[in-house]
Amino acid sequence: MKSKWITTTAMAAVAALAFANSASAAGELNIYNWGDYTSPELIKKFEKEFDVKVTVTDYDSNDTALAKVRAGGHGFDIVVPSANYVQIWVKEGLIEEARPDQMENFKNVDPRWVDVPWDPGRHYTVPWQWGLTGIGVNTAVYKGDINTSAIFLDPPPELVGKINVAPEMNDVLFAAIKYFGGDWCTTDKEVLRKVRDKLVEAKTKWLAMDYSVTEKLPSGDYAGVYYWNGAIMRSRLKNPDVKMGYPKEGFPYFMDSAALLKDAKNPENAKLFMNFIMDPENAAMISAFAKYANGIKGSDKFLPEEMKTAPELVVPPEYEKAGEFLLSCEPETQQLYTRIWTELQK
Amino acid sequence: MNGAEQVAIEARKQDIRSRWLLSAPALVIIFVAAIGPLFVMLLYSFMVKGDYGDVKPWEFSLDGWTSVFFQRDIFDDTLGLADAHISIIWRSIQLSFFTTILTLILGFPTAYFIATRPPHTREIWVFLVTIPFWTNLLIRTFAMQQVIRNEGLLNNALIWLGIIKSPLQIIYTDTANLLGMTYVYLPLMVLPLYASIEKLDFRLVEAGYDLYATRFQVLRKIVIPLVKPGIIAGSILVFIPSLGAYVIPRVLGGGKNMMLGNLIEMQFGAGRNWPLGAAMSITLMIIVMVALIVYVRNASRGGSGHV
Amino acid sequence: MFRSRFDIKSQPGFGFITLFTFFALYLPIGALVVYSFNDAESLSQWGGFSGRWFVAAWQNSAVQDAAIRSLIIALWAASLATVAALMAALATTRTAPYRGQTLKYAMINQPLMVPEIVTAVALLIVFSRIKVWTGYSGLGYLVLAHTAFCIPFAYLPIRARLESMDLTLERAAADLYASRWQTFRHVTLPLLRPAVIAGFMLAFVISLDDVVITEFVKSGGQDTLPTYMLGQLRRETTPEINAIATVFLALSTVLVVIFFFINRKKQ
Repeated sequence: MKSKWITTTAMAAVAALAFANSASAAGELNIYNWGDYTSPELIKKFEKEFDVKVTVTDYDSNDTALAKVRAGGHGFDIVVPSANYVQIWVKEGLIEEARPDQMENFKNVDPRWVDVPWDPGRHYTVPWQWGLTGIGVNTAVYKGDINTSAIFLDPPPELVGKINVAPEMNDVLFAAIKYFGGDWCTTDKEVLRKVRDKLVEAKTKWLAMDYSVTEKLPSGDYAGVYYWNGAIMRSRLKNPDVKMGYPKEGFPYFMDSAALLKDAKNPENAKLFMNFIMDPENAAMISAFAKYANGIKGSDKFLPEEMKTAPELVVPPEYEKAGEFLLSCEPETQQLYTRIWTELQK
Repeated sequence: MNGAEQVAIEARKQDIRSRWLLSAPALVIIFVAAIGPLFVMLLYSFMVKGDYGDVKPWEFSLDGWTSVFFQRDIFDDTLGLADAHISIIWRSIQLSFFTTILTLILGFPTAYFIATRPPHTREIWVFLVTIPFWTNLLIRTFAMQQVIRNEGLLNNALIWLGIIKSPLQIIYTDTANLLGMTYVYLPLMVLPLYASIEKLDFRLVEAGYDLYATRFQVLRKIVIPLVKPGIIAGSILVFIPSLGAYVIPRVLGGGKNMMLGNLIEMQFGAGRNWPLGAAMSITLMIIVMVALIVYVRNASRGGSGHV
Repeated sequence: MFRSRFDIKSQPGFGFITLFTFFALYLPIGALVVYSFNDAESLSQWGGFSGRWFVAAWQNSAVQDAAIRSLIIALWAASLATVAALMAALATTRTAPYRGQTLKYAMINQPLMVPEIVTAVALLIVFSRIKVWTGYSGLGYLVLAHTAFCIPFAYLPIRARLESMDLTLERAAADLYASRWQTFRHVTLPLLRPAVIAGFMLAFVISLDDVVITEFVKSGGQDTLPTYMLGQLRRETTPEINAIATVFLALSTVLVVIFFFINRKKQ
């Protein structure tokens, strides 16, 4: 008798759980995005407006996302690759020509972000956020010049052993190549040898190559970072000693754009979402959460005051020229860069 | 007579057949979701890598295997040892070894102490070891992270005690990996050690003392040789998961202090080199197999019988 | 009286090391639980006692989904694994050795001997292909993968019980013309029940705890509680993670306590 009771309860529990999982919403949407990058309010608003159940899954690098989706059977509808990867996604036939340029809210896209080299005329992707990779320093620890890549390539003694560098190959190599006066996508072996030697040497002075900057820079675990500006701003809001530096030798801009995956299960909801985020108010929600600029006209007025004048978001004119958009290099060049990067991992 | 024998053989055959049938579900599930994929992976390790991950199907090459240990220099194209891989593999082996030693140093006295309590208290002690053992590994790693971080419990306590002035940098170092693994795998050492010490015949110890042995001599000459199978079992149970650790270095190593598990993962992600990742996985399995063989051999020579 | 006698079992310093071991085992977990009641935003300072992070975790829909998914997978995997393990245990015990029996042992215990990361990437390779071929990318893959590594855990206690069980009752049943099924249903199974429940619970906890294999096998929107936590751990961690961990901890502790008492009764 007792065993029967146990069996019945167990079965009821399974049934209840199975039922609970089948969401009551009319549709579903699976977003695959960078970690700590998607505003929960934005998702809630979208779910409410369209009666769609949204799940967000995190990735932490362009390569992770690419590898997972390429492997197949991923189950995602939307992915948000960086500019230099969009062409790979297109070439590999992984994203659909969703024609966001014909969507209703496309008129809101800042003209600056329409004819972009990675997606001319925006046939595939919708701007998500853009920003740059720069320097963040806890000025209570180090008071010298912070507008240089030397902060992480030739760190001052105060910062040695307290540096975190974004584990993103292209951003790091970009800064290092520029540091030695080279051009991005260079194949000049002299420059690259210096780059490798410098990185291998510098890495011994770093603490981590991790993603927890918004927590550990304010808390003092890190004192210097080479990282994305939005995260540096979030750190500064928690600890006013944190200051943003723009490497005068050169720093990379990035833009991440939302795209519809070819084997999406919910393409219609995905398109609704793409149109949804081109609405200025919604775009402002994205920015207000992750603290990066968004590329949608008129979203400014929905932004919190602190973001309009943030020193992390408004590039000082004297450093504007040092910034450059990260683009994808030739496959052979990329291969070379990957190998330099791999040597860093030992 | 002959007929009866025939019937018995038939019955036995019938029995064995139904036994195969009964075990079929378990065997099929394990084959499909554990063993079979290993063979596919072996196949993958001999294929040509795709440009952005995956492999080019049915194009074969030995590159995956050679690049586990060798690489062409980026600049002068000479073939050399892949010191990045080798140093990560070596570090994993070293860290796993030290983890085993540390867990043994802490685990042996603990297991001995528990095994020498009266039976009903013994049960409670063992239970207290089991609880952390069944607690989620990730949660324990996370707990460790909070203890050893710069503003964590350990550093705060040491500063408060006046032993150090500024926080010790433990997290994101190999020490963090070592501490994390020791913490997480310690119960795996205590439990088998306890099982074998519990069976120890203390009359032998008594005999030792009768012959005027010191406590240390008794421990070294009598206890340790008798519980050797337990020591070996515990060491293996700690060594194998340490070698394949993935979560602990990922959370405590800060992405900089990789171990073999992370190196393998990287080949399937940013490294875009599945054949290399597959070959590395098999290399890891081979190291584990070697450890297991050493274990089985030692255990069967161990004398006291229970393997 | 006893103390004055020479205790042959004691060794100097072992008690102290044992105390240290237990201190080291429980301190981090204890700190984690305490900090889940921290009112502050970050883990770096103590902001007073509060249960708000439990509320936050409870209301976080990502956490809810992941928790429910974890439970569904664990229920399925543990049930399937227990049934398969019970059948396998019946097939491999209480018989003269036969050809293939060692192979069966080796296969059933295989998931214990291969590092998880190796199985994980192998499953990634195979399942991603199957997902593309079949177009099905549901929870089934996770259930299957979990079932496989849960089988040895369910198998161990059942086999141990079977081996120590006395055959008289079953023989008596057979003598009374009970069919094999009747014998099993009315004699063997009731005797086995504690071991089966124990095996189920071990399998359940093991499935609930898995991070690595799930991380590699999951498709979009299939985060379980551990993989969700893994994703969060590398970024900003608030006491919310502690709160989730504390609840998780409580759940597995309860299961282990029940397991402990079932085992105890058996003895």
